[in-house]
Amino acid sequence: MKKVMKKLAVALSIGIGLNASLMSSSAMAADDNVKVGFVYVSPTGEAGWTYTHDEARLYLEEKFGDKIETSFVENVAEGADAQRVITQMAKSGHDLIFTTSFGYMNPTIKVAKRFPKVKFEHATGYKRAKNVGTYFDRIYEARYLTGVIAGHMSKTDTIGYIGAFPIPEVVRGINAFTLGLQSVKPDAKVKVVWVNSWFDPGKEREAADSLIDQGADVITQHTDSPAPLQAAEAAGIYAIGYHSDMSEYGKTAHLTAAVHNWKEFYAKRVQQVLDGTWQSEDVWRGMDADMTQLAPLSSAIPDDVKAKVQALSAQIAEGKLHPFTGPIVNQQGQQILANGQVMDDNALRKMDYYVAGVEGKLK
Amino acid sequence: MDIELITNILYATIRTGTPLLLVALGEIICEKSGILNLGQEGMMLLGAVAGFIAMYHSDSFLIGFGAAALTGVLISLAFAFIALHLNASQVAAGLALTILATGLSAFIGADYEGKTVTALPALTIDGLAAIPVIGKALFAQDAIVYLSWVLVILAYLFFKHHRAGLAVRAVGENPSVASNLGLPVMSIRYLAVMFGGALAGIAGAYLSLAYTPLWTENMTAGRGWIALALVVFASWRVERVMLGAYLFGFASLMHLVAQGLGLSVDGNLLAMMPYLATLAVLIILSRDPQKLRLFEPMSLAKPWHKGH
Repeated sequence: MKKVMKKLAVALSIGIGLNASLMSSSAMAADDNVKVGFVYVSPTGEAGWTYTHDEARLYLEEKFGDKIETSFVENVAEGADAQRVITQMAKSGHDLIFTTSFGYMNPTIKVAKRFPKVKFEHATGYKRAKNVGTYFDRIYEARYLTGVIAGHMSKTDTIGYIGAFPIPEVVRGINAFTLGLQSVKPDAKVKVVWVNSWFDPGKEREAADSLIDQGADVITQHTDSPAPLQAAEAAGIYAIGYHSDMSEYGKTAHLTAAVHNWKEFYAKRVQQVLDGTWQSEDVWRGMDADMTQLAPLSSAIPDDVKAKVQALSAQIAEGKLHPFTGPIVNQQGQQILANGQVMDDNALRKMDYYVAGVEGKLK
Repeated sequence: MDIELITNILYATIRTGTPLLLVALGEIICEKSGILNLGQEGMMLLGAVAGFIAMYHSDSFLIGFGAAALTGVLISLAFAFIALHLNASQVAAGLALTILATGLSAFIGADYEGKTVTALPALTIDGLAAIPVIGKALFAQDAIVYLSWVLVILAYLFFKHHRAGLAVRAVGENPSVASNLGLPVMSIRYLAVMFGGALAGIAGAYLSLAYTPLWTENMTAGRGWIALALVVFASWRVERVMLGAYLFGFASLMHLVAQGLGLSVDGNLLAMMPYLATLAVLIILSRDPQKLRLFEPMSLAKPWHKGH
């Protein structure tokens, strides 16, 4: 009954446009334990961005047991709603709050000023304060590896890539994927279609279908819904998921996925709060810290390719291989990076061009 | 562009246009009776979630789509009660319906978020489907696409040749006169709203069971609103709604296909086309009050009760 009432509260709050609800998942409310809050932009669901954060939240509960208490608010619209929700969390005694969407950046900073004792961790942003750290993973490392896999699996040498918005983060993924692809097949092409939405299953489906119609036999995506996987499954071709393992949406189509893993990072930050050693930091780590992963590789991938991908993963994790190592040439044929040079983080963060081999215009 | 690509684009155009066609067809009949129901988006979402849950547990498409239609009818009755019985503003009641149904669908579907079912299979008519270019688009679709065509034909005949169709139009033009002639104005309007609800429900379930077989919050992404524009675009004509739905579908598809082909057409411009066309139709229609009277039901969105 309690669950039903909570759900009713969710429906009502959404119904009147508040779009959020506070769900506390631990009944034990001792005063001395650390309260960890999470603000999510979408429902936790079965796959996707928010799902990966909630997976890590559940991991924290399991790992720390009674020492901590976690709660989350899902479906919080970016902007004014977010500020209200974050304030509410800070007020209700949370010690550490993870705000997990780019649009929560300014609200997080504002609330953090009013609650200097509460610690905040904001995903994907760039504004920090004494009590606000930022973090993100180097998903482009996994993108590079999925490009290598696509290079081995494609027969038409045409890959379809569905993008949400042409911002550096997405463009970086497309370029990393293309460089991985071309390390196997130098002449293979990546066709990019922008859907101008992070989440619109119908539109993503249409985009995937139109790419498949144009000869793509591997589809990948930088959008949130599993619709492209379903399109690939229906067309009998391969697809590569994003955010989390999406194999359940395309049992034969799913080759692997570029996956975020927040578990150990969150555990580390919680431990630091427990120890009183937490400090604001800017964390941008990838396979070296296990923050970026590949989902389990499909049995359709030949063993030698699997072995190669594992070897490349290890090299990336050890820092021996950087996906953006010169020579890198842009779409117009100009050299961006000389032979053997490694791109610095600043250039990575600002990426606003396609590398050679990507088809389509970047607006 | 090769033949294969054109064949596939035509096929996809029909699929993209189908949910729009269904929901707009329901709305057109509703508006013909003089009722403006802005709740289409919400009813679609409820249909999508109800259809999904029913399908998830029963594994029967008949039960899935049936549940979606029934849910659409039930929620449309709530609207009808407020807008018709209590004579509230139809615009406000319709908007409230969408807001309520959006939240309600999220509430009901919370445990099904991100889950998936097998897609509605295509009913391919062997032989005919092999006709070059148009075969795949016309004869390799699923049951709901064929159903939408049957409904279009029936609705066309209903308004053109049937007395009941004439009655619906009379009620939409002038309910007082219709009432004096002995027509059951309220019953006709209730039925029209319920029919609109049923079709919106089926349109929503088409998304969650056939087009992208999964449930996720807000998955209709504004298609219910597009349908409202479509009715105006079609100037309240059934056959034009069909044309319009496929045109809207084609435009939203071409905006993606053009990018893949590397055409130098601005995608955003293509995506805007259907709305520009709707505006153009509105401008042309409203320049001439006589013409507007010919197309738009005269008592559309005006509250009415017996003895008014």
